[in-house]
Order: sequence, then C-alpha cells, then structure tokens
Amino acid sequence: MAYWKPITELGEAHLVQEGSTLAEVTDDIVKVTETAAPRGWWILFGIASSLTGLFTVCVAYLFYRGVGVWGNTAPVYWAWDITNFVWWVGIGHAGTLISAILFIFRQKWRTAINRFAEAMTIFAVICALIFPGIHVGRPWLLYYVFPFPNQMTLWPNFKSPLLWDVFAVGTYFTVSLLFWYTGLIPDLATQRDRSMTKWRQRVYGFLALGWRGSNRHWQNYERAYLILAAISMPLVLSVHSVVSMDFATSVIPGWHTTIFPPYFVAGAVFSGFAMVETVLLIARSVFKLQRVVLMRHLELMNKFLLLTSLLVGYAYSMEFFVAWYSGNQYEMAHFLHNRPMGPFWWAWVWMMSCNTLVPQIYWFKSMRTNIPVMFVASILINIGMWFERFVIIVLSLNRDFLPSSWGYYRPTIIDVGIFAGTIGVFFTLFLLFMRWLPMVAVAEVKGTMPQADPHLAHAGEEHVEPHGPDHVPDAAVAGGLVPGGAE
Amino acid sequence: MDAKVAKSGAAVPAVILAEFGSAHDVLHAAEKVQAAGYRHWDTHTPFPVHGMDRVMGLRDSRLGWIVLAFALTGLTGAFVMMHWMNGVDYVTVVGDKPPGAPQTLPSMVPILFELTILLSAFGAVLGMFGLNKLPRHHHPVFASDRFRSATDDKFFISIEAEDPKFDVVRTRELLEGFHAAHVEVIEEEPA
Repeated sequence: MAYWKPITELGEAHLVQEGSTLAEVTDDIVKVTETAAPRGWWILFGIASSLTGLFTVCVAYLFYRGVGVWGNTAPVYWAWDITNFVWWVGIGHAGTLISAILFIFRQKWRTAINRFAEAMTIFAVICALIFPGIHVGRPWLLYYVFPFPNQMTLWPNFKSPLLWDVFAVGTYFTVSLLFWYTGLIPDLATQRDRSMTKWRQRVYGFLALGWRGSNRHWQNYERAYLILAAISMPLVLSVHSVVSMDFATSVIPGWHTTIFPPYFVAGAVFSGFAMVETVLLIARSVFKLQRVVLMRHLELMNKFLLLTSLLVGYAYSMEFFVAWYSGNQYEMAHFLHNRPMGPFWWAWVWMMSCNTLVPQIYWFKSMRTNIPVMFVASILINIGMWFERFVIIVLSLNRDFLPSSWGYYRPTIIDVGIFAGTIGVFFTLFLLFMRWLPMVAVAEVKGTMPQADPHLAHAGEEHVEPHGPDHVPDAAVAGGLVPGGAE
Repeated sequence: MDAKVAKSGAAVPAVILAEFGSAHDVLHAAEKVQAAGYRHWDTHTPFPVHGMDRVMGLRDSRLGWIVLAFALTGLTGAFVMMHWMNGVDYVTVVGDKPPGAPQTLPSMVPILFELTILLSAFGAVLGMFGLNKLPRHHHPVFASDRFRSATDDKFFISIEAEDPKFDVVRTRELLEGFHAAHVEVIEEEPA
C-alpha cells in the first residue's frame, strides 16, 4: 500500500485536498510569511505585546520589591507561581506528543499541526521556566542550581526532586528546540529559495545551513528525525512525572500520592491539546488555512480531548477513592472535605466541571465538528486545567495539620499581572512565529501527497509521461532495483 | 546551451544538473545513473523520495551509532557527576543512605535519564550535520536559478565533475536521454 493512500478502513482521508499540486502547497503555507500581515494579526499582536509589556512592568516591580508583592503567605507558600509553572509545562506536552509520539505511530494527520504544536511547546516551556526563575526570591542567585565548582565548595543536592526538575525541564526545552529546528531546516531552505529580497535570502539562507534537498542528506536527516522522535517520547513522559514528584515526594495530604506521575502526564496532554486547538483555530481563521488544517484534524483532536478527559476524570475519582479507602484522617479531611466543601470549593467546581463535564460534549459528532463550540470548550478546558493545579497546590496548603495555622489565599494584582503577562509573552512569540516561519511542515506535507509516490507516473502536475522505450512498468522497477554500490 | 557564461576563459564544469517533473521520473533516472557507474552524484528533492536510498545504493545511515556513543557518554557522565559531587567531594546524606552506596542509585535515575536524552539529542542533530557536511552555504548547484524549485516542486539529479566517469558531453547526453525537463552544465572558476 502506498504511503500517501488513505487507509479507508480506518476512516483516513487525504491530508491535503485531492488535486492540489506541490507548488500550491508551498504557496499556501509559505506565502503567509511573505505578504503583509492581515489586520487580524495586527490586532492580536497589539493585544499580546501589550500584555508582554504588563509582564515586564510586573516582573520589574517584583524584582524591585521582592516576592512579598505576591499573595503567598502562611500557610500557603506556594501558589500562583508554581500553579502557572505546572500549567505552562503541561501545555507544552501536547506539542511533543503530536510531533514525536504520533510520528512514531505513523499518524499522518499530525503533519497538518506538528510544526504548530512544536512551536507551542517551546513558547510554553519558555513561559513555564520564567516562574521557577522569578519565584526564588533572589533571582540573581539562580545559578546555584547548576553543578559547577564555586567558591563555597558546595554542590547541588542531586537527591532533591526540585533539582531533578531543573534537569528535566531544561532537557525538555533543549530537545524540543533541537527537534523543532531540525524539522524547520528543509522549510527554511524553501523560504530561502523563494525570497524576493536580499535580507530574506540572507537570513533564511543562513538558518537553512545550505540545505539542498540532497538525498544523501535526506537519509541522515530522516534518521535524525526518527531518533529525536524516539527519544522525545520517553522524555515527554518523564518531564511531567518529574514535575509531579516535586509534590509526590512530600508528605502533604493531597500531594503524597503515587498516582501523580501518570495523572500529571495525562493532564498535561489534555491541557496541551486544548491549547493547540485554541491557537490552531485562531491561526486557521486569521490566515485562512482551511485547505491544510481540515475539519477532520480538528475532529480527531476533539476525540483525543475526550479520551484524555476521561483519563483525568479517572485520576480524580481514584484520588477520592484512595483517600476514603486509606482511612487516614488527614487524607480524608483533605479530599472529602476541604476540596469540595472548603473555602475554595469554587475552584474545585471549576476544575471538575471544565475537565470532566465539558469534554463529554465530544461524544457527539455535531459537537466535534462545530468550530465555535470547540473554541469555547478548548478555552474552558484550559481554565479547568489551570484550576486543577491551583486545587492541588493551594488547597493542599491552606488547611494544614494544625487548625490554628489555617488560612486563606488571595492573589495580588501583581500575581494576576504576571500570569496574564506570560499569556502575552506566549502569544507574542507565537504570532511572530506565524509571521516569519512556515506554520505547517511543508516538506512533510508534500511527502504525504500522491505526488510523493515514485511509482505513480501521472501524479506530477502538468506532467505528461513520455512513453519512451526505457520506461519500465512500475512493478518491474520496484522488484528489480539494482542494489548499487556493491562492488 | 544553458551553461553559465564564464567571466574568464578558465571556467571548468563543476556539475551537471538535470531537472525532472516528478518523483517517478527522477527515481527512474537515478536508477540508470547508478547503473551507469557514477559515484559522485546526488538527487535533490523537495521531500525524501521513497526508494531512492536503494536506487542510489546508499548504505544505512551510521547516525544511530553516533547517537549511541553520545547517549552512553551522557549516562556515564551523569553517574560520575552525581556520585562524585554528592558521594565523594561533598558528602550529602539524605534518607540515611550511606554515601556512594547502591541505595543512592534510585534517586539518581531521573537525572541519569535526562542527561542520556539530552546528549542523545545533541548527538542526533550534530551527528546529522557532521555526516551531511552541513552547514555548507556554497555549493555549485546553487548557481542555477532553476535549482530554486528543488525545495518547491521539482526534482534534480546532479553529477559532479570529480566523478571518474564524468564527461561533459557524454554525461549530458546520458541525462538528456532520461526525458529530463532541462539539463544544464554549471561551471566554476578553478580555485
């Protein structure tokens, strides 16, 4: 079976509309980076960069005054900073899942959205890394986390999950960036070869590293891509597992749970898919990419959201069950009382309804294929997943073992400003990416088209097969290829 | 003739470039170029063409071995680093586990894993660049204006002058015989 042929038994369809030519695909995708930005882009960019400005102001004030400008206080010493960190890292996970895991499983539809999702991963991890960076109180001493010989003759404590986190998230960011850049090289070459101005040619040419589509290069390139995908797959599962160990290795009821690593990974993929969908829907309508990002892809993503929502729902139920079954009074007080009926009951309701109830609409095809519905649902899921982290972090702390020290947590305006600011940073980076780099992996999309099949003589556009005597039937060629280079 | 007009008379052919309209045509032509005994030649396609490695007689990529070497370096490096820093140079006892004892190993697993992955990723990317001899911003094929579509929708075969069987007239005739859409000789001034 030819690679480009959809497996109809599995309900697959052509990735790109039938009859599209290779040049049309290049044009559709790359033109976005060559023409003036549509008005929608400028409006979004204006909003996003204003939020980035807000972020800068709030962080500057934080550095000036110290972490006292946040709402964190006894007994809630971890609050929005870590909530936002976990939320952003989780969002990144869908990108790697789409680019690596779906690649290994040969899910061709991923090609429509993988570049997007990878970019999202990188920008989300940048936003995530900001929080541990600024929450340490004295950010100029952040370099203490690195194992380097210093005048104090001290080394980091490698038995601390917080240090594992430094390595996990740092590795995750670096590998995602390498993976993304490797995938971009052939498309940067396409941009270089289409450039009309000297500057574009120089910049894209520099970044394309002299890529010339050589088959000898493609061979190593494809192997590199495969290896990167293969090592990213366990990596992505490890990253959120390690993040969850920041909590799970402690003895706080609500954190001290063995289900945390898989539960965090499922939640990460869930929220990440929701964010991919939000961003994809915006890009699809602003840049009119309906020819590449088909309703089919969106429907598949919605099915995935439903699946991961069920996984997350299972984890929630399991936490409750184990708290009750353990018979431990602190566990029971936390899960059966403080969460649903404590002072933050509303956060718990947000979490439960957005994460377990909202995605249930995707049992129905009419909902899975309705764009306004899925846009709203994807945002609700993002909100719900933010509240999940808030519930885990703040609700486990606000009523600790000693009732006399119980307290409430209120964010300050700076908390809100920094969080909203990172959303601005994320979208600013994303909008710049959409303007300057191909949003869809051009070379990969071409590889899934009928024209990519070398045994299909008539696939080439406006190409007439010359019926010369040396044109052997396809089967003969496929069977009797000369294994050259043997002598 | 589409050959670039040389500024001085000293220009010599560097590469012959044939353009094809489809993956099917370039694969068939590549098969015959290989059969004709050429070794310093290549195909240039907008995406990897299935079966081309076999037709060109390429051996399997060696990249996996490079990555393995990097991965083992990451793994052993991470172990040595953690053991030396927390078990030897500045002993940090956590959970009453004797420094350097096997019981300290489980807490090392996350970082052993992460550094193995990190080094493997660098091995894959840098190894790929090394094997492909990239970055290389200057190459004779870039002299052709038509070659710009090699990253869009056209397929090329290039045969380099350093190939022992290279002959401007005969090689050109060979490529023209494959119903190439266009054949051109790219010349280069000798260094």
